[in-house]
This record gives sequence, structure tokens and C-alpha cells, in this order.
Amino acid sequence: MFNDLARFGTYLGQAARLMVGLPDYGTYVAHMRATHPDLPVMSETEFFRNRQEARYGSGRSGGCC
Amino acid sequence: MNIVSKHAIWWFLTAVGVFSLGTVALSRGETINALWIVTAAVSIYLVAYRYYSLFIADQVMQLDPTRATPAVRHNDGLDYVPTNKYILFGHHFAAIAGAGPLVGPVLAAQMGYLPGTLWIIVGVVIAGAVQDFMVLFVSTRRDGRSLGDLVKSELGFVPGIIALFGTFMIMVIILAVLALIVVKALAESPWGTFTVAATIPIAMFMGVYNRFIRPGRVGEISLVGFVLLVAAILVGGQVAESATWAPLFTFNGKQLTWMLIIYGFVASVLPVWLLLAPRDYLSTFLKIGTIVGLALCMVYVAPNLRMPAVTQFVDGTGPVWSGSLFPFIFITIACGAVSGFHALISSGTTPKLLDNEKNARMIGYGGMLMESFVAIMAIVAASVIDPGVYFAMNSAPAIIGKTVEGAAQVISQWGFVITPEVLTQTAKDVGENSILSRAGGAPTLAVGMAQIFSQVFGGQAMMAFWYHFAILFEALFILTACDAGTRAGRFMLQDLLGTFVPALRQINSWPSNLTATALCVAAWGYILYQGVVDPLGGINSLWPLFGISNQMLAGVALMLCTVVLFKMKRQKHAWVTIVPASWLLVCTLTAGWEKVFHTNPKIGFLALADKFQAALDRGELLAPAKSVEQMQQIVFNNHLDAALAIFFIFVVVSMLCYTIIASLKAWRDDRVTSREMPYEAIPSAGA
Repeated sequence: MFNDLARFGTYLGQAARLMVGLPDYGTYVAHMRATHPDLPVMSETEFFRNRQEARYGSGRSGGCC
Repeated sequence: MNIVSKHAIWWFLTAVGVFSLGTVALSRGETINALWIVTAAVSIYLVAYRYYSLFIADQVMQLDPTRATPAVRHNDGLDYVPTNKYILFGHHFAAIAGAGPLVGPVLAAQMGYLPGTLWIIVGVVIAGAVQDFMVLFVSTRRDGRSLGDLVKSELGFVPGIIALFGTFMIMVIILAVLALIVVKALAESPWGTFTVAATIPIAMFMGVYNRFIRPGRVGEISLVGFVLLVAAILVGGQVAESATWAPLFTFNGKQLTWMLIIYGFVASVLPVWLLLAPRDYLSTFLKIGTIVGLALCMVYVAPNLRMPAVTQFVDGTGPVWSGSLFPFIFITIACGAVSGFHALISSGTTPKLLDNEKNARMIGYGGMLMESFVAIMAIVAASVIDPGVYFAMNSAPAIIGKTVEGAAQVISQWGFVITPEVLTQTAKDVGENSILSRAGGAPTLAVGMAQIFSQVFGGQAMMAFWYHFAILFEALFILTACDAGTRAGRFMLQDLLGTFVPALRQINSWPSNLTATALCVAAWGYILYQGVVDPLGGINSLWPLFGISNQMLAGVALMLCTVVLFKMKRQKHAWVTIVPASWLLVCTLTAGWEKVFHTNPKIGFLALADKFQAALDRGELLAPAKSVEQMQQIVFNNHLDAALAIFFIFVVVSMLCYTIIASLKAWRDDRVTSREMPYEAIPSAGA
């Protein structure tokens, strides 16, 4: 039960972060390790700044009315 | 037997929905409980989701769970990430929910709660949710491309450019009308102005923290930000009572307009991490939290509706906005029933995160049902307050005067008996000097929300706190929209003008950025300004323009989906998009025509311009104009509004022509001519 609760908490955290345009860092790292082991992986800070710029800097983002 | 038991629960739910709706629709004279509306809406949503969205998924779209989505094919852990459907649902809902579904239903409540409720429920099932779902599907099959791109590739280059221009103008109108709502809510309100102003340093502090102190810790700093916001509301109450501080935060509409224009310009050229991003965190979490909280409190309090089911204003003589039930209720409630803007979201980030086509049903159709539920809550919140208070808050001073005595007398004559004492007391309860003519929907909604929240937390003493909490909640995400929208508008403008002046397209050049930003702010700023000085209060002219343009965009999106269905040789199911598209076209074209050419100056822009022009010719001044220049400005502004409405009519009619041509062409062709990405299987599906 505590496992389920912990997993629910993780999901909730991920959902909240994705609502503001931040995908999961762990997923990104896992993806890079699995498919592009030769490429450099961004640090968590770099990843955060990259996603912030992508969401707001391009102007393609934003919510609804 | 099996079939019976499988469907029994749904038959039961249908019966519950029909019975609740019947209770809502047929009650006359006696007050009914808000839960009837909530029950009717939820059961109809569930049944529609179970059957109609399944029909669309299986028969119309023929979703293929083995087909790789853009997120799978281009997975990069950044822009394209296959995402758990519940998490994506949250993302999508947070992106589509905004001020629209909250404000429209409040304004529509002047005709009673019934017409608005029916349109919200029927509209979402037939039109709104279908549009969001279909566009998500079409975009997912085309690498998650944007609406403008989709129109270009399926309909042609010229309609693509027309749609892009149309979208830019819609953006400008949306920004202006949202800003107008903030102006109306904050004018002469030191408490509200202080709290909203306080969000700027709070957001900047969060931004610096996230940039340099602990990067990426969005959760903890948002919590700190929230505590600071609550503190700002409490301090705001003190500011409003202080004789030295209150005047510093008391502004009239024109002053606030200039502040918002300057703010919009500065905010949209600052680095995003400093102001836009942190405020977006605050506003998003506050928005979702407040919506959930409001839903829980509403069920717990189970308030009675005090607004009549239908008022006499269905004939078009309403004081909040003018125009008869058809077509105006269908454009007043835009988001919540159907919103063209969602087509931009459904063809934006969401298709790039969808892990499997089959989940498009829950995200697209389900997400919009949820948004519709927000609209239902808004119409309930507007209907639980005293109708007399509702009309006092939403009618222009030209109609009810500037004193509580005068207002109470006029409104009581309409049949909504109210005393001046109640109006004064309500203003006192919510910590404001006056509640007269606070049009725009946000203050009314805030009073309704404050009534509901204070019955759960804090009682009468907390009314003022909850009122300003609600104002802050709305102002916060409207300001975020102004900032993000100005940026988005700037990029659109650079893209569009870049076709003619290539130098403007360089998005890294400061002169070109500042020029495009200034043009964008000037465009919405001017429309905002004319709304503030409008003789009928601004909402009366701007909200219909917003509704018409937004619903027209929905019509364009549904026409695009129709063309795609013809191209896929699924024309026998094309009614799924043709029916809502036709209805939207009928409503928006009628409404657009009436707004331009109606002979009643309260409805028609040209008639109002003529009225002021005629007075000018006679050498008279008409209120609220105080000089010849202001008279001339009102004449010009109404001509401008008429031109905008005609422009939108042109956009939608030309799109209709292109749609018919493309559909006929696809129909005559024996082959499938849609331009989907070729089929690619999900790797190791089922393993």
C-alpha cells in the first residue's frame, strides 16, 4: 500500500511538473543512455533551463484564454 | 443477457442525467439546488464519453493502437516523450483551462442559468470535445504539426496564410479582452491592485531562486510563492484600510490600462526565467488547485440557485450585453462549450507527448469534458448570488447610474428586488468601496466563489479574503496569458511580416524583436483602451468580438477535420464534424452580421457610430464622451470594431469555400488523398 502511495506521489509530482512544461529528467537520462550512449547528457540544471527556454522562449507555448 | 448487463449501468446513468436535466429545465418559480445541474452535466458527460467518443474513436478515426505516435518515433526525452496518459491529461487540461470558461458563463447568466447550461452541455458533447479530439488525432497522424501547418498542407497555401492572419487577430482580441477583465476587476480597488502588483516581485524572487539558488526545484519554490501570495492578500486588506497607503494603489480604468500596456511590453522582453516562467508555475498550480477546491466545496455546500431559470432578457434587451438568445448565447459562452483556441493546443505540445493513439480519446474528448465542467461551476457560481447583486455588478453606469439608491431602484423595476443596503453591505463584505458596474465577469465570479468558499472555511468574516483570493487567481493567469500571448503574437507577427520584410524574421535581432513586440502590444493595447472608454462599458463590444472570433476558429478547425475525413474516404462519417461546424458558422456569421449592421445602437457597431456621428453633426455631446475629440474617437472605434467583425466574416467564409472545394475534390477521387505520415508500428508492441 505504501508502495502504491509512493508511486501515486511520484505520478502527481510528474504531472505537476509537466503542467508547466517540465518533462521527467529521469526519463530523459534513461532515453539518452539507451539510444545515444555516445552523446553528452545534459545535467539536471541544464535540462531545466533548456526546457524553460523551449516552453516560453519560442513563443509557441502558452495556455488558452 | 450479457449485452443487457454491460449496458445497464449506462442506461441508468442516462436516466439520471435526463431526470436531472428535466428537473433543471422544468422547474419554474421554485428554487432548485445547484447539484441538479452538476448531476445532469456529469452523467451526460459520462454517457457521451462512453458511447459517442468511442464511436468516433472506433468508426470515424479508426484509431490504431499499434501505430507509432510522433512521441514514439521522434522520442528525444525533451519535446517528444511518450507520456503516461494520466500525466498527459493533466498537462493538456492545464493548457486548455483559462479565463474563458469562467467568464463566458458568468456573462451568459443574465438570461438565466438554463440557456447557458444547456448550451455548455450539448455544445461540449457535439462540438467542443469533438473538435479537440479530432484535431489531436489529425495532428498526431502528421507528426504533431500545428493548426496553421495542417491547414496549409491539407487545404493549400492561401487558406493557410488567411488562417494565420485570422489566428493573429484572434490573439490580439483575446489579449485585449482578458486585459479588460483585469482592468474592470482592479479599477478603484486598492486591495486587488496591491495583491496583483505584489505577484510581480514574488514571481521575480521565485525566478532568481530557480535560476541561481536551487535550479529546477519548482515544487518547493511554488509552495513558498503560494505562502507569499496569501500573505499579500492579507497585507492587501491592511493597505485598503490605511489612509496613507490606499490612495497609492487606487487607480481608474485608464491608468490601469496604461500600466498593463507598459507591463505587457516590459514583461514580454524580459528573460523568461525571471518573470514569465515562475508566474506561470504559480498561476498553473493555483488554477488547478482552485478548480478542484471549488468543485469539492460546491458539492459540500450544495447551494441553491437564486437566479431564475430564464429571465426576460432572452429577448435581447439585457443590461450586461445586448443581443437576443440566438445567436448571442452561443458566442458568449465560448470556451466551456467549444473553443477554437483549443485547436492550437491539440496541435501543439499534446500530440508530441501522446504515447499511444488510443489515448487520444481520453486526452482530447475527456479533457474538454473536464473544461466544460469548469464552465458549469462558473454558471452555478454566478447563479447562487442574489440576482440583484449580479445585475448591479454587471450593468454599465449608463444604465443603472452611479449610486446604490439609483441602481437598486432600476434593478428592482426589472423584477430583481434589491435594496441599496444590500448592495452597500455586499461591497463591505468583500472589502470593496463599491460593487456597482464591475463588469467583465471576474468580480461576479469572485463574489460567487467567495460565498461558496466562505461557507466551508471561515464564514462571513472570511468573505473579503476569499473574494480577493478569487480575483488574484483570475488576474494571475490572465497576466500570464498577456505576457505569453504577447510573445506568441510577436513570433506570429515576425513570421507573417517576414514574408514581406525579411529583416523582421530574425528572431535574435533586438530591433526586429522590439518592433514586433511594440506592434503587438500596440494592437491589443489600443483595443483594450477603446474598451475602457466605450460608452457601453467595453465588455458589450469586446466580448462578442472575442466569442465570434474564437468560435470561428473552432469552425475553421472543424472544417479542416471535415476535409481530412473526406480525404481519408470516410465521408459517410463526416457529419460528425459537419454538424458542429455548420452550427458554429450559422451562429458566428449571424452574430457577426448583427454586430456590424443591427439597427439597434446597443448591438450594431455601425448604428452606434451613426448615433454619435449624428450627435456630433448637431453639435451635441453624448455621455460618457466629454469632448468633441472623445465623440470622434467613439465613432472611429466603432468603425474599427465593425471592420474587425467583417474581417472575421471574410476569413470564415473564404475558409468555407476552400473547404467545399477540397472536400468535393477528395470525394470525386477514388484514392485516399490525406497526407498522413506513413504507418510505422510501435516497436515491440505487446511484448
